[in-house]
Amino acid sequence: MQESDILKKLGQITQLLVSMMSVIALMICITVYAVYFHRNHDQNVNVASKDEPTDSDSLPKKAVLDIAGLADDPNIEIIATNCTACHSAKLVVQNRATREGWKSMIQWMQKTQNLWDLGKNEDIILDYLAKNYAPENKGRRVPLQNIEWYELTP
Amino acid sequence: MKRRAFLTKSVAGATTTMCGLPVVFSDNLPKGLQLISELSDVQDLPSDKHSGLTLLNDRPWNIETPPHLLDDHITPKDRIFIRNNGIAPETVDSEHWELIVEGEAVPNPKSFTIAQLKANFRAYTYQLTLECGGNGRSEFNPPAKGNQWTTGAVYASQWTGVRLRDLLEAVGINDNAVYVGYYGRDTHLSGDVNKTVISRGVPMSKAMEDETLIAYQLNGEDIPLMHGYPLRLVAGGWPASASGKWLHKIVVRDKVHDGSKMTGDAYRVPCESVAPGSKVQDENMCIIESMPVKSLITYPKTGAVVRQNQHFEVRGHAWAGDLEVSEVHVSIDFGATWQKCKLDAPANRLAWQHWKTEVTLDKPGYYEVWARATDPTGKMQPMIVPGWNPKGYLNNACHRIAVKTS
Repeated sequence: MQESDILKKLGQITQLLVSMMSVIALMICITVYAVYFHRNHDQNVNVASKDEPTDSDSLPKKAVLDIAGLADDPNIEIIATNCTACHSAKLVVQNRATREGWKSMIQWMQKTQNLWDLGKNEDIILDYLAKNYAPENKGRRVPLQNIEWYELTP
Repeated sequence: MKRRAFLTKSVAGATTTMCGLPVVFSDNLPKGLQLISELSDVQDLPSDKHSGLTLLNDRPWNIETPPHLLDDHITPKDRIFIRNNGIAPETVDSEHWELIVEGEAVPNPKSFTIAQLKANFRAYTYQLTLECGGNGRSEFNPPAKGNQWTTGAVYASQWTGVRLRDLLEAVGINDNAVYVGYYGRDTHLSGDVNKTVISRGVPMSKAMEDETLIAYQLNGEDIPLMHGYPLRLVAGGWPASASGKWLHKIVVRDKVHDGSKMTGDAYRVPCESVAPGSKVQDENMCIIESMPVKSLITYPKTGAVVRQNQHFEVRGHAWAGDLEVSEVHVSIDFGATWQKCKLDAPANRLAWQHWKTEVTLDKPGYYEVWARATDPTGKMQPMIVPGWNPKGYLNNACHRIAVKTS
């Protein structure tokens, strides 16, 4: 690994990323990155929006959407960035709630789970969740579903 | 445990994570290596789990077991559901693992290694039913937030360890003891090391029962990592969250324990029943203690096609929290009539009980088999979803399987 190459890459990112440059082994890099993401999330977002045109241009959007299982949306990156840092998208897509219900979940996560202030993104996120993951009235008990029939051998 | 990682590659070839950040040193990554991303389609179960289990969430792990895979009398470790609130410890040094006993009601706090627990206290083995308080949550309407468990967050394996009572008596506790709380070595999802993932427990009456263990074995082997290796507090018949994994500290409190997930809506339900969708004030919420009467049909698997007039066995398990199940019935006509099943005694108190019966379907058509257990106080499983509560706990509605005649 060339130190001069490393320094070039550091040109547009923050000092905190600089500190990560000392990490050489792949697994250590991954671990530090994960911790860095959790602890410095807001800063990461700023870095990305200021210096990196990657948000909407070069991300393989379709691939990300398929992978996440999140419903497609122009704001998908805001959703993914804010809603899957701590838990997987699977927790989002299995839940259903009204806008108010989703807001109370966000407030609970802010109060107890270290979720950051979502700022102007909160409305975008709430609109997305309320639209794509709204409750359906399923009554007091739904019929048995997704039955795979098979012969029961006596 | 295997976690399949993935990496996204932008069109331009620069390696990025899902939020568009460049990956430091990406050009130096050996070809073919994968990064763990913040966003993934990981479908893999932990490698020690049966491939038929259902993944609800992989960060944190939440996995449930289809009913037909719970047919064993004693649940094998690969079929045990996982409900993790945080991240399990990566590595465990069981030789140097310490269990601390302290708290307001402990005048002289003590600590024990696992070797000391084994050497100084008699070992007991019990088969204990552990069910997630939120098992069945997916059926509540309006929906309740959290992992949407269906029927599979329950099991009954055999636990071996020392009695919590013996340990507390050896340490010495004062008369002001009210509640035992646990602390484990898992990590908060946010990565914040100062945050406690979950710290629940049980009141003294439950703590002092014969079957409440500080366990170091499951089914005669080391406890699997996902289930609390190397030590777990196990309190059968209560929400499984009262049984703390990766146990490293017991606190004997002079008040109801107020650790993480003991307050608010967590593992609490309205003290008096409320209309669906109600807002319930904190002071009107009560901690869930003994779980309600419930049963599962573990054979046949739902979807069985049988011949008209063919006899076939229907069987499963039933449990009733702190109580013993007194009767199990099944219905093949949507609850209009019920036939009584043969019901076994539990292997020991707080173990689930096995039941079975023969069923014959004498007309062509679509049937459902429903199972309904009754506890000694006469309480039965409801046929529709029981009383709504904000977090969707305690759904003990009767289990249903679909059967048709050919």
